[in-house]
Amino acid sequence: MTHSYLPHTVEDRKEMLAAIGVTEAMDLFCDIPEEMRVEGLLNLPGPLSEAELAQYFKTLAAANVNLEEYACFLGAGAYDHYVPSTVDHVLRRSEFYTAYTQYQPEISQGYLQALWEYQSMICELTGMAVANASMYDGATALAEAAIMAAQATKRTEIVTLRSVHPHYREVLSTYVKDFGYSVKEVNFVDGVTAPSVLEEALDKKVGAVIIQTPNFFGCVEELAALIKVIHAVGALVIVVTDPMALGVLEAPGKVGADIVVGEGQPLGLALNFGGPYIGFLATTAKLMRKLPGRIVGQTVDSNGKRGFVLTLQAREQHIRREKATSNICSNEALCALAVAVYLATLGKKGFKEVAEQCLQKAHYAAERITNTGGGSKVFQAPFFKEFVIKVPQPVATVNDYLLKQKIIGGLDLGEYYPELAGSMLVCVTEKRTKAQIDALVAGLEACK
Amino acid sequence: MKNQPLLFELGKSGRRALDLPALDVPVQKGLLPATVIRSEEAALPELSQLEVMRHYTQLSNRNFGVDTGFYPLGSCTMKYNPKINEDIAKIPGLSAVHPLQNAKLVQGSLRLIYEVEQALSEIAGMAGTTMQPVAGAHGELTGLKLIRAYHRDRGDLARTKVIVPDSAHGTNPASATMCGMEAIEIKSEADGSIDLAALRAVVGPDTAALMLTNPSTLGLFETQIKEIAEIVHDAGGLLYYDGANANAIMGIVRPGDMGFDVVHFNLHKTFSTPHGGGGPGAGPIGVREILLPFLPEPRVIKNGENFEWAVPTKSIGKVHGFYGNFGIFTRAYAYILSMGAAGLRQASEDAVLNANYCKKMLEEAYDSPFDRYCMHECIVTSKKQKAQGIHTLDIAKRLLDYGYHPPTIYFPLIVEEAMMIEPTETESKETLDGFIEAMKSIAQEAEENPEVIISAPHHTVVSRLDETLAARKPVVKWEA
Repeated sequence: MTHSYLPHTVEDRKEMLAAIGVTEAMDLFCDIPEEMRVEGLLNLPGPLSEAELAQYFKTLAAANVNLEEYACFLGAGAYDHYVPSTVDHVLRRSEFYTAYTQYQPEISQGYLQALWEYQSMICELTGMAVANASMYDGATALAEAAIMAAQATKRTEIVTLRSVHPHYREVLSTYVKDFGYSVKEVNFVDGVTAPSVLEEALDKKVGAVIIQTPNFFGCVEELAALIKVIHAVGALVIVVTDPMALGVLEAPGKVGADIVVGEGQPLGLALNFGGPYIGFLATTAKLMRKLPGRIVGQTVDSNGKRGFVLTLQAREQHIRREKATSNICSNEALCALAVAVYLATLGKKGFKEVAEQCLQKAHYAAERITNTGGGSKVFQAPFFKEFVIKVPQPVATVNDYLLKQKIIGGLDLGEYYPELAGSMLVCVTEKRTKAQIDALVAGLEACK
Repeated sequence: MKNQPLLFELGKSGRRALDLPALDVPVQKGLLPATVIRSEEAALPELSQLEVMRHYTQLSNRNFGVDTGFYPLGSCTMKYNPKINEDIAKIPGLSAVHPLQNAKLVQGSLRLIYEVEQALSEIAGMAGTTMQPVAGAHGELTGLKLIRAYHRDRGDLARTKVIVPDSAHGTNPASATMCGMEAIEIKSEADGSIDLAALRAVVGPDTAALMLTNPSTLGLFETQIKEIAEIVHDAGGLLYYDGANANAIMGIVRPGDMGFDVVHFNLHKTFSTPHGGGGPGAGPIGVREILLPFLPEPRVIKNGENFEWAVPTKSIGKVHGFYGNFGIFTRAYAYILSMGAAGLRQASEDAVLNANYCKKMLEEAYDSPFDRYCMHECIVTSKKQKAQGIHTLDIAKRLLDYGYHPPTIYFPLIVEEAMMIEPTETESKETLDGFIEAMKSIAQEAEENPEVIISAPHHTVVSRLDETLAARKPVVKWEA
């Protein structure tokens, strides 16, 4: 048969089989027991030509509601920020995307340098000494950070604030339960956690405490004060953060965080129905050799010229096997490249401006919703780009109405926190225009 | 070629690469308390848009991908990445979709997940598939957690040992550790096959699973697979299939029919999605009926004409923030549909043909440790060049000068000075002949001028790098 991805002609195959000394390709499979082999063909759809393929996926796409046609106020860990054109143009360079992990540094200097620059910018945003070159996503980055912290402190109790993203806490639970670690949750009051409340839950058995700020409700925690009570019992502090918020919020490393993780999707990645995304994971110099994942380091070549290599590989599975810091190997390099291009494109001023626009627009929306009576704010704590409102009708009813106005409303919190039934988590990024926000306000008002 | 300056060495204060819309809501002051406000602006670069594009274009010129040239990296299946699949993944109706939209609003995405799961289950010979793991190692982790949950559910708490051959990928034992289990390594025979006596000696009431790659990491099909499956199953353990080498078997033999209970596929290997320079990939796992109740949540189910989310009754929980790398399985499904059943089978046949052709054509110039047909990859070594002081690393570096990405080197660990060559089915005979010529030419250089190999590469942007220095004095970020 012929196919555009398969170059061999009938003649090619004949010549090659003859060179090997067999008559047909199946002779090469003689090691596979006959009785195991597939009889005939598998039951699969296709083949489709390129044009048919594109058409088929357009049909699937047409069965979705997409954010190019609807104004999105849904966030909760995946965010509709603007992605500059430069990002996709760089990602389409096939020297990058058709490459594999940089095992041969001499012909991978471009990627290695880009990843090293990514690490540098993550360190700059988070205020940490070292970042790895990527993790699967924010949730798994947190889980791996918790394991790292428990092993570094040789303590088996992990405390997480209940205001941490529910999905992150679920993934954490899946990852740590087989290690025999326990996870205790500390509840919030008015959307945030008071240091005195946290203090009561801590003792010297706790190895790691997980704080998200801005937390799942968008509220900003008093990080410096919380860190003080955690360090008092000798536990490590893991901060989960929205990297976009770091345009306006203090770098966690500046106030003593030991590990900073988060979801990098807001920095230049499409929503993609949940993936591919990228987790970032940064830590202190002290914990550098406990990091999971790839790390790029600077070095010199035999002529003294600057170059980059994958380094500190003695932590990794291909060297240490069962004693590695994690089983993670290749994960989300191209997403790290996207984040790097995003940050390089936004630059020092632009990045800060986007964060400030999120802050301003979210506050404008919250105020207008409250003033018009479409909803009431549930928490009074300071917030960044998300906030919780209680709506007079069931959230599903409100969202159905908004959908008719071409608006995707906020997340129904009742599914995650029973005590917040009837409340909606609203997200406003810089991408939402005043007109769209006003339409949301009007829509909520109409549901009074 | 010169070094490209660092991003931080370019640009000038005040430059920008993106113009933002003016803020169209009234500005409010004091929205955040002073205690949480950033004290110092993040020192990000300040470049014009052209400077950004030129920087990354220059970097791309210092990188080698499948579109650049032949990339026979063993066990990685560096096949062609079809361009239409990139375009499809970017259709707004698939890419501009939020993962938490109501299921009614994402019927297309749910259908896609459902259909690609069905296709992969058919290829694997399994009862069901989850798309959630985002990498091969993540698939291993998820699969072992399923196995652990299955044993626990039966009240069989003693099964905490995972048997792994010494020829296995490093991820296998590392994944066992990540599941709180213990990896038990067993020695392989010289040809990488399982030593049945050694296997019988270690299985028992503490056996959770055996992890196996078949074809093995030596590129050879494990002919005793039926006996192996019986030994493990009789001892009460389950069989895990590491799908790293599945490119040899599509439509020819199925892991389910070999007796495996869990299988992961690397969509970025077997199913043509780009490796991305080290991800994003996807490592979906297929399972036998008995493991379906334990699959990670949520799963897509079909209810009449509609697709819905559901939570399996005994689910191990979530393994990813959302549902895995949707954009990647979109591409993989496009590949499956493009090939069809006959095309996939032909792809595996051609992959095996190409590997055997390379093996045959190189057997005079290089030591070829196994006198059998290989599957999709072959192993040669630098044993014949050893007398000239040449090692596998030197040959790999010299290949860079010839314009090729070298094979995987020093793996599997059980073959001394190994070079693992995986051409894949998307490479033409002319390309293979060119590579074979280069390899022969290097073998000749080894005889006549070994120095040129030992000091290689000569034509790359940097020469051999000091990896010891990098690890001893780590410089892992920019310091102004």
